[in-house]
Amino acid sequence: MATFPIESQKTAQIRFTLNGEEVDLSFAPYKTLLEVLREDLGHTGTKHGCELGECGACAVLLDGKPVLSCLVLALECSGKAVLTVEGLSGDGRLHPLQDAFADCGAAQCGYCTPGILVTAKALLDANPHPSRDQIREALSGNLCRCTGYLQVFEAVEAAMIKIAEETKAAHGKSSATSLNRF
Amino acid sequence: MAEQKEPKKSSRVADCEPSGEGFRVIGVPRRRVDGRAKVTGQTRFADDIFLPRMAHCKLLRSPHPHARIRKIDVSRALAHPGVYLVLTGKDLPISYGILPVSQDEQALCLDHVRHVGDPVAAVVAREELTAFEALDLIDIDYEILPTISDPEEALATPEPRIHEYGEEGNIHKQVALEFGNVERGFAEADEIFEDTFFYQGNTHLPIEQHASVAIKDPDGKLTIWSSTQTPHYLHRALAKVLEMPAAHIRVIATPNGGGFGGKSDPFNHEIVVAKAAMRLDRPVKICLTREEVFYCHRGRHPVLMRFKTGVKKDGTITGVHLQTLIDGGAYGSYGVASTYYAGALQTTTYHIPRYRYEGCRTFTNKPPCGPKRGHGTPQPRFGQEVQLDKIAEKLRSDPAELRLRIVEAPNTVTANFLRLGTVNLSECIQRVVKSSDWKNRFRKLPEGRGVGLACSAYLTGAGLPIYWNKMPHSGVQLKFDRGGGVSIFCGATEIGQGSDDVLAGIVAEVLGIDPFDIRLFTGDTDLGPVDLGSYSSRVTLMAGNAALEAAERGKALLAEAVALKLEVPKERLRFAEKRVFDSAARDKSVSFAEAICLAEARFGTIGTVGSYTPPKSPALYKGGGVGPSPTYSYSAAVVEVAVNPVTGWVHVPKVWIAHDIGKALNPTLVRGQVEGSVYMGLGEALMEEQEFRRLPRRLSHALVHKFPSMLEYKSPTSLDMPEVITELIEDPDPRGPFGAKEVGQGPLLPIMPAVANAVYDAVGVRIDEVPITPEKVMKALAEKEAGREPRFGPNHFPDINWPEALQVPPPWEGGDGKAVNDPYREKPRPTKDKVLAP
Repeated sequence: MATFPIESQKTAQIRFTLNGEEVDLSFAPYKTLLEVLREDLGHTGTKHGCELGECGACAVLLDGKPVLSCLVLALECSGKAVLTVEGLSGDGRLHPLQDAFADCGAAQCGYCTPGILVTAKALLDANPHPSRDQIREALSGNLCRCTGYLQVFEAVEAAMIKIAEETKAAHGKSSATSLNRF
Repeated sequence: MAEQKEPKKSSRVADCEPSGEGFRVIGVPRRRVDGRAKVTGQTRFADDIFLPRMAHCKLLRSPHPHARIRKIDVSRALAHPGVYLVLTGKDLPISYGILPVSQDEQALCLDHVRHVGDPVAAVVAREELTAFEALDLIDIDYEILPTISDPEEALATPEPRIHEYGEEGNIHKQVALEFGNVERGFAEADEIFEDTFFYQGNTHLPIEQHASVAIKDPDGKLTIWSSTQTPHYLHRALAKVLEMPAAHIRVIATPNGGGFGGKSDPFNHEIVVAKAAMRLDRPVKICLTREEVFYCHRGRHPVLMRFKTGVKKDGTITGVHLQTLIDGGAYGSYGVASTYYAGALQTTTYHIPRYRYEGCRTFTNKPPCGPKRGHGTPQPRFGQEVQLDKIAEKLRSDPAELRLRIVEAPNTVTANFLRLGTVNLSECIQRVVKSSDWKNRFRKLPEGRGVGLACSAYLTGAGLPIYWNKMPHSGVQLKFDRGGGVSIFCGATEIGQGSDDVLAGIVAEVLGIDPFDIRLFTGDTDLGPVDLGSYSSRVTLMAGNAALEAAERGKALLAEAVALKLEVPKERLRFAEKRVFDSAARDKSVSFAEAICLAEARFGTIGTVGSYTPPKSPALYKGGGVGPSPTYSYSAAVVEVAVNPVTGWVHVPKVWIAHDIGKALNPTLVRGQVEGSVYMGLGEALMEEQEFRRLPRRLSHALVHKFPSMLEYKSPTSLDMPEVITELIEDPDPRGPFGAKEVGQGPLLPIMPAVANAVYDAVGVRIDEVPITPEKVMKALAEKEAGREPRFGPNHFPDINWPEALQVPPPWEGGDGKAVNDPYREKPRPTKDKVLAP
């Protein structure tokens, strides 16, 4: 039998959490998290613009922190929690960031949008009331060629207000289920 | 010309108002119909398509900028495990190209490579990595040819020729047109200004890398999904190269992850995967790497320009002579049109009584240039608007006031026979002057800070198709469902600009339904009628007018059936809030779904069509096909800069821009197009450049990209984006749907010259080329310091042997739109001579 390229022969196994669900995966060990998400797990919501860590389109959250999935080996994700754009909405509802992006014109072609959304979520999780400059800074690794960024900033700010209101309302009721579903 | 405000005309708007209460959809800021898909990551881009048994394709690209292929041996690659197929030029020998006059590309080079990155072979394998590995196993024997790196070298080096066609040597295209005796214009002038400018090339940099997936359908036909802006033109190219009936090919343009003109050509990789899928009978995908996207290019042409302008003391222009030397790169692409465009729109902003244009595009051994946002016009607009700033200074006039004195009147036929529509440029200028507090800031800010003003105009759709025909440029079909839904079928392509939303918004407004009640089937050559594509800012006006016609026809059918049922005259019926009602007695009504059922019972299945063909242009001379448009948009911008005299760094804190939109169909998206244009304009003005360098002699001495990566090709980030104050001038143009004109490209154009003019206001140096980098600012400041001309820019324009100009007397000299010295003046021109415009 002919020899196949070595990369295709071996597989690795890991278990990790993808958007709240446990995943057991067998895959070619050279693959990046980006490739595994898109090619092995059918999660094509995460996009790519360079596969060299330059554009930010492939950003996902790894244990809550934004990473460029094209620079992370899937092997490194064993036991960790990955959140992609597919995991933002829940209970049949869009995340406030998603609603705001759709309403404010923050997504034009929509290609950089998933990466920006998860990066913005990480920002708001860490800092619920960022200034415009902090938003600029947080999104400075995500290139967008369509919008000129201004409607993106406005959408993050609109979502920030919405989340604050929802949090306040949730605290008003005694059972603080809060926003964990996101 | 005196400012002349056109009386506000009623446009097609009036016919469609649902109930005299204004619009419910049009003009209301709202979520775009495809917004949810985009924010959930569910928009299916071409690379998101995964099909069973799908194989992967990789292209082997030339490492040499110019070479002959002596021999290709693919045997080792073919023997590589996991490889299904290797294709070379012999498998796809038929040439193609976007323009009928430049069919100069081959999907895989047969025997001649013309730039680094030109594809020579394709490997299709089970895994992408396997295909990639096998590229190394293809043996190619190249004979290296001398490299031509820029247009001046091309002029001086007729041999070896990069192509065996064109004017002569390595000159691809020369244009010479004269509209009135420009020398007489100069004789009448009080002052003559001569300036040379250089506009560096840059690229689109869409975040989505081009991708395509092709399959052989179960019935043996071909389907291809591709990130293309022009599925119809790709359809034609595939039929030609694959020698298949067009009826057996289906092209589906997936939503583009950004286009900006860079996905408007039929591409080699699209043809290759189509061929491979047909050969292998299994799906084949290709997704280009970022480096390969730089090789596809088709971006902004580098242009060297010489402007000679004569003016009266009050700024009235007496004549303009423009010469351009255009770096085309290795293929024709849209270049013939680009060469004409570089001269076509100069007459659309200010009154120019006499105008001469000479343009020369050369081939060079670099990735081909083509259409980028503003196609061919940002470069000369930069020169014209910077020169106007110099003119204003010499005449001791405020640049805004000078422009207001010379703005062209609406509905004019210009010197080069472009028929203008509404012109609200004066209003644009006045708005930005007011909002930016121009009068208190221009020449009054402290050293290092400055403001600059510039204007522009752009097409609302090219008046002619790319291949000569008399058919509509856009068609729309509507299908009415008994449940109250409406489906729109149209070839229009969603590239992020909101073409789906334009169609849905227009149809929803006319029929009184919600845009979300509409399903869209767009960009698919099998499902919808032809729309020529998302280029030349044509979709809103052309597909929009087609949608309007189809919706009006459907509305008429429904109204007739409902009128019978309700026993009211159909003229009294109104369509709004998903109901059809009697405007005289609102409780007399049926639901929209019932209206469809009534109509279907009366007329049978309800479906309507609409189409749009632009008006005939008065420009009848050869080359007059480039420039005409149903109407033109206008923009004016003021840019503020802060220039650091120690580093040369130019910071832009704020931009004010006013855009003459006609009518904003969805203001949220319109604002996004304006701000996106400002952003891209600032990138071109300050940092973006497609630069090349030669490798050392001990290596291959090849001419290679300096920056084939997103990291090194600088584009503005969120940290660089200034505050933008956007104002929309809404004066509905009767030619547009609900009065709408374009917005996708026009607002980019004034930004680059406004930045240059602001830098002059800030530190007193002229940077007569873009990008305006810190190095250039520092050099100009050093010149100023040394008491020399405080300027950075080109100092010469080479002697070019121009052909005899076609003499076309302008309308005010009794011209009829034809050239007086055209041998074909009195007889029909052979079809192949017709120059067709994108």
